Amino acid sequence: MMLAEENQVTGEKKKMAIRTLSGGVLTEKEDVTRNPSKISSQDLNMYYGPVRALHGITMEVKERAVTALIGPSGCGKSTFLRTLNRMNDTIPGARIEGTVTIDGVNIYGSAVNVAALRRMVGMVFQKQNPFPKSIFDNVAYGPRLHGITDKAVLEHVVEESLKKSAIWDEVKDRLDTSAMQLSGGQQQRLCIARVLAVGPEIILMDEPASALDPLSTAKIEELIHQLRKNYTIVIVTHNMQQAARVSDYTAYFYMGSLVEFGETKTIFTNPVKKETEDYITGRFG
Amino acid sequence: MGQAIALKTSQLIRPEGRLGEVFLDVLVRVFALIPISALSFIMYMIIRKGGGAVTWQFLTQAPLEGMTHGGIFPCIFGTLAITLMMILMALPLGVASAIYLVEFAGPGLFFRITRAAVNNLAGVPSIVFGLFGVGFFILFVGRSLDHVLKTGLLFGQPCMLWAAATLAVLVLPVIIVSTEEALNAVPQSQRSASLALGATKWQTIWNVVLPQARGGILTGAILSISRGAGETAPILFTGCAYFLPRLPVVKLFGVIPMINPFDQFMELSYHIFIMATQSLDAVKTLPIQYGTTLVLIGMTFLLNLTAIIFRVHFRKKMGTVSV
Repeated sequence: MMLAEENQVTGEKKKMAIRTLSGGVLTEKEDVTRNPSKISSQDLNMYYGPVRALHGITMEVKERAVTALIGPSGCGKSTFLRTLNRMNDTIPGARIEGTVTIDGVNIYGSAVNVAALRRMVGMVFQKQNPFPKSIFDNVAYGPRLHGITDKAVLEHVVEESLKKSAIWDEVKDRLDTSAMQLSGGQQQRLCIARVLAVGPEIILMDEPASALDPLSTAKIEELIHQLRKNYTIVIVTHNMQQAARVSDYTAYFYMGSLVEFGETKTIFTNPVKKETEDYITGRFG
Repeated sequence: MGQAIALKTSQLIRPEGRLGEVFLDVLVRVFALIPISALSFIMYMIIRKGGGAVTWQFLTQAPLEGMTHGGIFPCIFGTLAITLMMILMALPLGVASAIYLVEFAGPGLFFRITRAAVNNLAGVPSIVFGLFGVGFFILFVGRSLDHVLKTGLLFGQPCMLWAAATLAVLVLPVIIVSTEEALNAVPQSQRSASLALGATKWQTIWNVVLPQARGGILTGAILSISRGAGETAPILFTGCAYFLPRLPVVKLFGVIPMINPFDQFMELSYHIFIMATQSLDAVKTLPIQYGTTLVLIGMTFLLNLTAIIFRVHFRKKMGTVSV
């Protein structure tokens, strides 16, 4: 973890390094504050049966920026993430109140095609979950699903997606081998390629590096930094340094409520709320 | 604390085995030997007495001279035909039920009723299935079809179709339970991955879940075939015959030979039963009885072996999935 930080600091000397409350450093990124809002949740409540998991979340997610969701386990950050592509729909007894809009369209509206929504809002999971198929078939799964059968087109999409997820050079000579033979970090980048292949605008990441070693984690973070230029990214993480490194905005969740939301810079150096500061500095609990 | 049960090092030396312990030890070993010896004895008797009877002629000829000579080819044909028809009916039905139970059913009342029905179906005595076959398939479904379609007496009589349907109901629980297990073995994360890529539920089941469950489903199918092939009671009244001078085959368009589902058939296990109880000369036909038994057991054994090979192959594959 330290290695990656130092690289970032020494590699991008021109940019100012800011020491954060969590002990790590934060590098100045391109300004995204003037980007338009991509996702907006209004007074969002979520219930699992009788249990209320989210309490009136109101939040704006900027386009082409990285928004990190932090907070202790069970605070609702993953639940909130999963409301953004309606993955919670698959859980029996899950119920939602309030609205989530993407580009102004309420994704919980009655006319919304959930499958189409999930093409637009891709998701990367905590545990890498490639299909037990070849590397090629993994990436081609989505495009094939959505009706692309032309071999040349598929090959093009697969190559582009693997390049964008920075794994092409490692796998280009063995696209026909099983994805199960890749290392954990490679599998996770393959899963990102699989998401990119369906052409999403938003990518949700649920602790994408928590099961990976530090080197693979650094690669994923570097990839997030690249993807940020073209995609809106929302990432859940337990790693404070990671949140500080990769994100432009940070939201701190606690007990299903949004405690504080703002620019990562501010949250990590000068948070408004005492609870946020306690959590970030590790004095929590 | 602990003083009362604390041991001294001198007590670590093993005392002479207490008699009661030794006795129980021997007893469970002897009991464990019983099933092995029973199976060995049965196999020994059947192979010794029937091994000589199983010749090429025996496997390829029809019974001759009032079934005291000749072979059992019609019975082998009938057994294969009936189990083929059975699995064609039972597999789609069973897999569909399992898909419903695993992928769609909520934890409600209907789910619990279906579960209970499947479990109880597995416990119904096979003769009850035989009577059910007559009452439901032949007399109710068959006669009603004849009445509606004005086909005289085509459906409403014992035949291969209804015997296979009765066997299909019998093996349904086997297929449902093994398919359920195979579907449950597919990690939830695989379904999530597919859904998150914009697949519908059915696309996910078809492209991700079923291919990964294939091995387990096939294993269940083969096991149910071997179960169905050995059953006598369900086909007793629903279509098998004491003796037929011809194979239950019909020429489609007068050319293509195919199994005739409206004909009756001879079958291995039923053949053993009638040879032993209703033969013209039960002593004279003993070699035929043993030979037939050997063929039936051999077929079942081969099927079970295939199922085991599938299962091992399947486990290996799944091992690489759950990284």
